[in-house]
Amino acid sequence: MRLDGKGQIDRTTPISFTFDGKRIDGFKGDTIASALLANGVRLVARSFKYHRPRGIMTAGSEEPNALVTVGTGTETDPNVRATTARIYDGMVVRSQNAFPSLRFDAMAMNDLAAPFFGAGFYYKTFMWPKKAWEKIYEPFIRRAAGLGGLSGRPSERRQEKAFAFCDILVIGGGPSGLMAALTAAQSGADVILADENPELGGRLGHDRVTINETGGRDWAAAMDAKLRAMPNVRIMAQTAVTGAYDGGVFGALEQVSDSTGEGVQTCFWRITAKASILCAGAIERPIAFANNDRPGIMMASAVRGYLHKYGVAVGDKVAVFGDNDSAHQTALDLVDAGVNVVALIDSRPDVKIDATFPVYSAAEVFDTKGRHGLTKVGIRQGTDETWIDADCLAISGGWNPSVHLTCHMNGRPTWDAGIQAFVPTPNSIPNMCVAGAASGVFSTMAALETGSDCALDQCRALGFDVGTIDLPSAENTKYTIDPLWDVMGDGRKWLDFQNDVTTKDVRQAAQENMTSVEHMKRYTTQGMAPDQGKNSNVNALAILADATGREIAQTGTTTFRPPYTPVPIGVMGAGGQGKTFAPERFTTSHIASLSRRAPMIETGLWYRPSYFPQDGETTWREAADREVNMVRNHVGIADVSTLGKIDVQGKDAAEFLDFIYINSFSTLRENRVRYGVMLREDGHVMDDGTTARIGPNHFVMTTTTAAAGPVLRHMEFVHQALKPQLDVSMISVTENWAQFAIAGPKSRDLLNLVLDHPIDNDSFPFMACGTVSAFGVTGRLFRISFSGEHAYEIAVPSRYGDALYRMLLAQAESLGGGAYGMEAMNALRVEKGFLTHSDMDGRTTAFDLGLQGMMSKKKDFIGKTMAARAGLMDPMRPRLVGLKPVAKGHRLTAGAHLFDVDADCIRENSLGWVSSWCHSPTFDHELALAFLKNGPERIGEKIKLNDHMRGISTLCEVCSPQFFDPEGARTRG
Amino acid sequence: MRIECPHCGERDLREFYYQGDATLAKRPAADAGEDAWDHYVHLRKNPAGVTSELWCHERGCGAWIVVERNTTTHAITSTKLVGDF
Amino acid sequence: MRFSGFKVLKEGLTGNKGWSPHWRSPDPKTEYDIVIIGGGGHGLSTAYHLAKEYGAKNIAVLEKGYIGGGNVGRNTTIVRANYFLDGNSQFYSHSLKKWENIEKELNFNAMVSQRGQIQLFHSDAQRDATIRRGNSIINQGDEAEMLDVPTLKKMVPYLDFENARFPIYGGMIARRSGTARHDAVAWGYARGADQHGVDIIQNCEVTGIDIEGGVVKGVQTTRGAIKAKKVGIVVAGRSGQVAAMAGMRLPIESHVLQAFVTEGLKPIVDHVISFGMGHFYISQSDKGGLVFGGDLDFYASYAQRGNLPMMEHVMEAGMALMPAIGQAKVLRSWGGIMDMTPDGSPIIDKTHIDGLFIDCGWCYGGFKAVPASGDCFAHLIHTGRPHKVAERYRLDRFRTGVGLMDEEGTGSQHNLH
Repeated sequence: MRLDGKGQIDRTTPISFTFDGKRIDGFKGDTIASALLANGVRLVARSFKYHRPRGIMTAGSEEPNALVTVGTGTETDPNVRATTARIYDGMVVRSQNAFPSLRFDAMAMNDLAAPFFGAGFYYKTFMWPKKAWEKIYEPFIRRAAGLGGLSGRPSERRQEKAFAFCDILVIGGGPSGLMAALTAAQSGADVILADENPELGGRLGHDRVTINETGGRDWAAAMDAKLRAMPNVRIMAQTAVTGAYDGGVFGALEQVSDSTGEGVQTCFWRITAKASILCAGAIERPIAFANNDRPGIMMASAVRGYLHKYGVAVGDKVAVFGDNDSAHQTALDLVDAGVNVVALIDSRPDVKIDATFPVYSAAEVFDTKGRHGLTKVGIRQGTDETWIDADCLAISGGWNPSVHLTCHMNGRPTWDAGIQAFVPTPNSIPNMCVAGAASGVFSTMAALETGSDCALDQCRALGFDVGTIDLPSAENTKYTIDPLWDVMGDGRKWLDFQNDVTTKDVRQAAQENMTSVEHMKRYTTQGMAPDQGKNSNVNALAILADATGREIAQTGTTTFRPPYTPVPIGVMGAGGQGKTFAPERFTTSHIASLSRRAPMIETGLWYRPSYFPQDGETTWREAADREVNMVRNHVGIADVSTLGKIDVQGKDAAEFLDFIYINSFSTLRENRVRYGVMLREDGHVMDDGTTARIGPNHFVMTTTTAAAGPVLRHMEFVHQALKPQLDVSMISVTENWAQFAIAGPKSRDLLNLVLDHPIDNDSFPFMACGTVSAFGVTGRLFRISFSGEHAYEIAVPSRYGDALYRMLLAQAESLGGGAYGMEAMNALRVEKGFLTHSDMDGRTTAFDLGLQGMMSKKKDFIGKTMAARAGLMDPMRPRLVGLKPVAKGHRLTAGAHLFDVDADCIRENSLGWVSSWCHSPTFDHELALAFLKNGPERIGEKIKLNDHMRGISTLCEVCSPQFFDPEGARTRG
Repeated sequence: MRIECPHCGERDLREFYYQGDATLAKRPAADAGEDAWDHYVHLRKNPAGVTSELWCHERGCGAWIVVERNTTTHAITSTKLVGDF
Repeated sequence: MRFSGFKVLKEGLTGNKGWSPHWRSPDPKTEYDIVIIGGGGHGLSTAYHLAKEYGAKNIAVLEKGYIGGGNVGRNTTIVRANYFLDGNSQFYSHSLKKWENIEKELNFNAMVSQRGQIQLFHSDAQRDATIRRGNSIINQGDEAEMLDVPTLKKMVPYLDFENARFPIYGGMIARRSGTARHDAVAWGYARGADQHGVDIIQNCEVTGIDIEGGVVKGVQTTRGAIKAKKVGIVVAGRSGQVAAMAGMRLPIESHVLQAFVTEGLKPIVDHVISFGMGHFYISQSDKGGLVFGGDLDFYASYAQRGNLPMMEHVMEAGMALMPAIGQAKVLRSWGGIMDMTPDGSPIIDKTHIDGLFIDCGWCYGGFKAVPASGDCFAHLIHTGRPHKVAERYRLDRFRTGVGLMDEEGTGSQHNLH
């Protein structure tokens, strides 16, 4: 029921939404929960296991019961806390985990079977017959479990991530947080104040509090205005700090707008703070008594919150039950607002309160009634038991400081017997201090004082000059509690409302020797529900302590892991969906390739053309075969810019390369290129490629596309860590140069059509390099070949790449040639036995590749010693060979394993595998490169290739990996 | 985590590459023997506490850095260029 | 006590008063034949197998905290046998067979759910590598099959088939792979070991290993000295510290691996799915939470907590692969300490000290290995000879280079496996 003149909602702006299809009217500023309560809706959810009817229990993000689904279609959000989500016009809200309806939920039969569903029951049954788990039990359990459902389709909403930096981060904007922020800001510190709620003030908005003789709410509003006017303060409302990480980094989730807005809805912040002050307040805890989970049973502070913040009386006949003074305040506030309080039940003796309602001292609520909502409360005073009518029961079992963030870096909180709760252990998070209720002080005055004190301490530590601070005055009453953990009696008494864990479950766990708090939690699932144990951890620990005859402090501590409040995957992973998951790298010929209809394929982060289809070609094979023939007979152009290019300079550059590569580069003449292989220090091949000496102290190294980054990093390591005395520098120039292969018998003819000064075999023999000029643009020319043909690679500054590529293509086409793609490139190199990363999979040695002769005996180099280990030089290692089918049309496949001809295709008989494959138009059959145990000794023998996965078995002949032109005559031509 | 690059100042973890124990900066001679090389390439002290390790400011200046860091708290006590190690 | 549906019914009707402890909590004796250091999944499985399979007597498991508190209780619960190198293939195949029988063997429901694991690939090269792996799996006698894109669209329609940065080319499914209830594995082995007379001693930290003349004599603990004829070290991320008590330096670096779980959701992910182009794998627990993980945080750590950049990377990879999970909310994250070796494969071997054995180096493949690791380590401790499926898990393979099993091909850099 809505009370006139109460609350902070905007009564001039009505808003309507639907709950399970029924229209609900509220006002701007209402949460789903406050609007439902104002309309008398009490049943809003079903519990996880027993499908018990549940209502709204709290007024904050810790809500264990009132989880709902909001939105429709792709914008469906499951498990939204009704207590924090603000309503908007047209909002569609649905209940969850109930079928066919919330009121008549078929799964509620689970509640009747509850005696059989005790702690860990599923570990003891469902074991027979064996296949039934996946077929029957598990599907049933899965369907029954879960809460809300996903739509199964991606959302369209915009989500973002951002970074922020400050001197002092204040977490929580209640009285202590506001005071801390102001104190820090007045000292000159750069301050961020983050609070999960839309309005600052924390409990000041939920309670009747006086500060400096004004209402707490007005004081908070004035502080808000004052802070916002300061240039060194940034207020981040609706921003929940979700985690504390190393180095003063915090994660935070900002609700930027509701789903009606056009812009960004949520943003995940990474806030780096030199110091922080935790002012996260405290959470009221329930009391365990029989049937304490009915709709209408709420936290006493939440009842006050709905009254003061939203102007809602949550019942017509309200009973209040507690073990501390917080409960009294609820009763007094309700009476003050004209709400009928039917009883105040306090477990402590000699309760002193000036009351107009019945007060039961030294009494307990021992049971409740009401199927879909509370109707009666059973009160026990001594041996007398009476039942009274009530539609709301406000309970307070005391307060737990919100220590959560202080546990995120493995800190464990400390038990404080005085307040019967855990308080933060100092220094749990470096450079964090804790103020206000989060530190275990519960009066408003103490909150203001500790907030200011923490800020002063932090400012001094950061070297700011601090002045004097005028503290406002406020109530400073002492918090007293005589804890009531478990009301005597039978019946189920809920601890973890969400996961349906009762005191019986905890006691049974103890009976079964699950006495460690971690075992109890895992066995009963207490604390593992969406509220992460915020409402139940301390209570469950108290029951476990009682069941095992220990003190709470000895029993263990409760701990919390990030995130503080659940964070959608979509916002923490913002940017991951679609093309923005990883950078896209494009070569300068990309557009020209697209215009020739080349399918572009992902090669690491790069896109490269697969093949260039011509009219009439229906398969990639037709195009690739044509391109191979074109290169072998005429000339082809391919963009090879994606290969890593590292510029190495310095007077010791040659000596440095000698140490990086297994072979020698100091003996390389100027204007010449050499193939090199480098190892990791563990003796396996790291990468290969060509390096050109373009000046006495100047080399240009190429790496494979995949290894470009790692190789540069490795070279920097070798230089900085191992060879700092060498005068050498290196830098990646991969993106600075566009580089094109020109391959085929007519490659020189083509080149001489574009170069300003023609070349010939004498001026530019095989493995020569030098500076050239094309249409006045200075570039570099390398006579190297990855195809086995007479070939060159020409490099020009990237800005000329597109023009040069188009020009080369036009000239090539005039000579009967054209562009070739990755497929043809692969076939060309397999025909020649040239290697790529498919053949150097990180387990390969130079010995395996037949390159042991390249390993210099005259010098030390990276990997030399470890490459000489017995296991790396064993002839029985799988080593590189070529394979061709014995019968021409038979297939070879990469990933197939090799076996002796008559052997069974089982692990024990596997002799190796196929690493690369192509269809060779040159030979008109398939070819493969493979690694075969003792392979080079088996050339000429027959071997069986078996590919279970593709259903292929082929008799092959082992041969040299150089299938085509093994003497290399064409290359030198 | 934030790491102080001796060249660039304090930077976010995202800019750095981790290699492993700083032992890797003390490469044995080629003929130092099997034990020395086994220790260099494979064996690790792996302390639960303060350790020295190699990081590279790869997405920054490219410097290789020896970071002294506690493996139980992740607290960093010093950073220096590998050349000064 | 034997567990059954009937027993659950009977107890339910009589107030659940009859349940007895799953295991005893005895005080340590002064002497055992065999002491197992480490009450995690592997240690408990070892003790169980020693007592049950090999008939060993007088065994204690010493655990510094509570049993099952390490990696067996902080993982993504995936059970699979999809290794491809000789040495690993036979071992994990053996383990998967033991998983399939674990409920019957232990009379404890570990909820082994053979829902199938799908490994996706995103390029021709990845397809070939996946097929090489699949062929290894079949050569070993296990199952694997290819899934083309139309089939995947039917099986897992929530993947991004339309606009992915790295398009899905296909996948491989291992139908016998799946998940298991992680805690139940530790508890089931503990209960089984206890029933066969093993003393499980919690809150008992080993502070020293007693060695005389190259022979192990016992251990020093926070609950007093305990003599032992044989000692097995099986302490995962803590291997370096415990081995150091015996003067050993191991080829191990300890790293943290994070995992995540969302709030409970109605069933959507029915398999275990692994992304091929980012560090992301996911399944949905029976309670409805999406359980997922990624790669190591990359730096040495004993802190059992992860960092934010890797957490974000995992979420981004999840959004890249299956953007339909964007509205699922992450409830909890945790970190486990992985004992990473230079080739990414484990060690089950004798040490240079007589009577001292070690089982370590599980990297982040430890959970699925629990049944076979216990069996093989027990075999080694009891007979002095390696189990035939674990012959290649030798400690000296790094030094000699013989029999390295580098599944990732990343070489001797511990954090890259």
